[in-house]
Amino acid sequence: MNVALVKSKAEQPSGELFASARSRLPGAGPVADVRQKAFDDFEKRGLPHRRIEEWKYTDLRALLREVAPLAASPDKAALTRAKAAVTALGVEGTLNLVLVDGVFAPELSDAVKEKAVKVQTLREVLDNASNPSRADLLLTSVASDAMISLNAAMATDGVLVFVDDNAKLSKPIHIVHVATAAGASAFTRSLVKIGNGAHVTLVESFVAAEGAKTYQVYDSTVVSIGDEAELQHLRLVDDARDAANITTAVFTLGAKAKLNTFGLTQGASVSRYQGFITFAGEGSELSTNGVNLLGGKRLGDTTFVVDHSVPHCTSREVFRAVLDDQSHSVFQGRIVVRQYAQKTDGKMMTRALLLSDEAEADNKPELEIFADDVVCGHGATAGALDEGLLFYLRARGLPEKEAQALLISAFVGEAIESIVDDNLRDWAVATAERWLAARG
Amino acid sequence: MSALLEVKGLKVQVEDNEILHGLDLTVNEGEIHAIMGPNGSGKSTLSHVIAGKPGYEVTGGEILFKGEDLLEMEPDERAAKGVFLAFQYPVEIPGVATMTFLRTALNAQRKARGESEFSTPDFLKKVKEVSARLSIPQDMLRRGVNVGFSGGEKKRNEVLQMALFEPSLCILDEMDSGLDIDALRIAADGVNALRSKGRSMVVITHYQRLLNYIIPDVVHVMSKGRVVKTGGKDLALELEKSGYAQFEDKAA
Repeated sequence: MNVALVKSKAEQPSGELFASARSRLPGAGPVADVRQKAFDDFEKRGLPHRRIEEWKYTDLRALLREVAPLAASPDKAALTRAKAAVTALGVEGTLNLVLVDGVFAPELSDAVKEKAVKVQTLREVLDNASNPSRADLLLTSVASDAMISLNAAMATDGVLVFVDDNAKLSKPIHIVHVATAAGASAFTRSLVKIGNGAHVTLVESFVAAEGAKTYQVYDSTVVSIGDEAELQHLRLVDDARDAANITTAVFTLGAKAKLNTFGLTQGASVSRYQGFITFAGEGSELSTNGVNLLGGKRLGDTTFVVDHSVPHCTSREVFRAVLDDQSHSVFQGRIVVRQYAQKTDGKMMTRALLLSDEAEADNKPELEIFADDVVCGHGATAGALDEGLLFYLRARGLPEKEAQALLISAFVGEAIESIVDDNLRDWAVATAERWLAARG
Repeated sequence: MSALLEVKGLKVQVEDNEILHGLDLTVNEGEIHAIMGPNGSGKSTLSHVIAGKPGYEVTGGEILFKGEDLLEMEPDERAAKGVFLAFQYPVEIPGVATMTFLRTALNAQRKARGESEFSTPDFLKKVKEVSARLSIPQDMLRRGVNVGFSGGEKKRNEVLQMALFEPSLCILDEMDSGLDIDALRIAADGVNALRSKGRSMVVITHYQRLLNYIIPDVVHVMSKGRVVKTGGKDLALELEKSGYAQFEDKAA
């Protein structure tokens, strides 16, 4: 059936976006070809909208209207503001790799001293004509949608991190995305490759410098975890309250590998974190915890596809949301168990705390199970703060706001407990406390 | 002796159902009052309304505490003024460590009274002292509030809070429910240690048993939303023999 849809202005992605950015996008030859193809695909699809199942709760056509033009390369003043934002993050002891408006900023980044770690920028690799497989960096094999194509077409920079086999890194690697622009977009793409038996902690954060507003962040992160390797992953989205953050993450786990990931989202008017996690080797474990702390009219969407393509792997997903005002949290979780992936153990759970009558939490669990000897399940709860607990605390002298804050902290704290690193856990607590303080 | 708590003609309803039909009760400073009565007589409603639990509508009468209108105050203000309700069923609060809870609550009360916050060493010392007296092990204090506590431990935790917050009015709502005799004795000993000239208590119970351990000055019998008889501690013994039926008839 051929259906010709009449496109409104908002539905027409602008070819102008790509044409005007072209001269600033690294990579000629095969890289440029991949970009062109990707942009053609994006143009054909347009921004995702509610009629596309995977985006039904997060209609980017309605929410974003259009993709903002590529942000200018940061000038000296922008870098100064970005530096202040990095300092204000309030976490120490991490190896910072800083991207400002989508461009790697060596002057704000730490020198890599560990021998077992190699860092390159996406730009330098894409521009290196002697690397025959450089264009592959822009390809995503596990999924395809308009936003993945847009990122491939427009990615200006990012970091490529390679960790040697059996390395035990002394510091977390911290990819910091700082926005300084107003009304512009940053497109980044990073890759982290963890060797067999290596132990790595990776932090990703998204923050706004002073003056940054109504910007859009389009990020893509591709992580591969080697056999018997372990990744502790922490992601914090604290973008400006009128910004947008659309990120695709791809994780692949080898055999007997471990991934423990925690995400905290409290910023951005619209945020979408879509994760595609594939078990490629047997005996691996995934534990993922997420918290959305939202207020105003903000929307936070987490969409995870966990693909058990091999037997004997375990996945645990727990997503929490604390929703104030008219905010909206979305969790779509799909667990796929392939025909031969016997003895799979996959569970997901969502818990939403609704602090206002107008807040909304949507959960869409999906189980696609083709094997017959598996344990899979999902569950969801949603509700207001428990009146009985609130009264108990108030009867002990806590004013209403303090009683609420204590219960919210406890609710969020259970998820934060999953962070292994003490320093990072304290940081996550402090970040959540700031949200609570701003609330009341 | 001046009145600490004065309940006058209190009428309370839940939804459209009137539970208290004009209740009068005066508790003087330093007195221990027991309120006895059958199920559904309104004993717990009275304790909830004094503490400020939402969901009750006061349609008549007043409650004065140290001469002030208690019904005008939020539950946390009442706590800061010295009203303490020991819950019949203390709630479990996962994720909030008992120590954190105790300190937050104590400091919130002190702040509301314009007093300085307790220093950490002083606070720890005090908690240690009181918890030892109540046989509360230290590891219980590190756990979530009441999480995984036995019935007896929960009640001891209530008494611990009473000892820390030093309220002038303690309302013990069915403190004996769910406790075996040993647990009851420990909790009651904790309560007795807190008896003082400046502190009044209202002990709500079904059974006379508790009053063997916490000896009241005054005993009230409640039936169908009213106090139908008031007497000395012997009244409790009399009730144990003759039951509540006589009063139910009277109230009807």
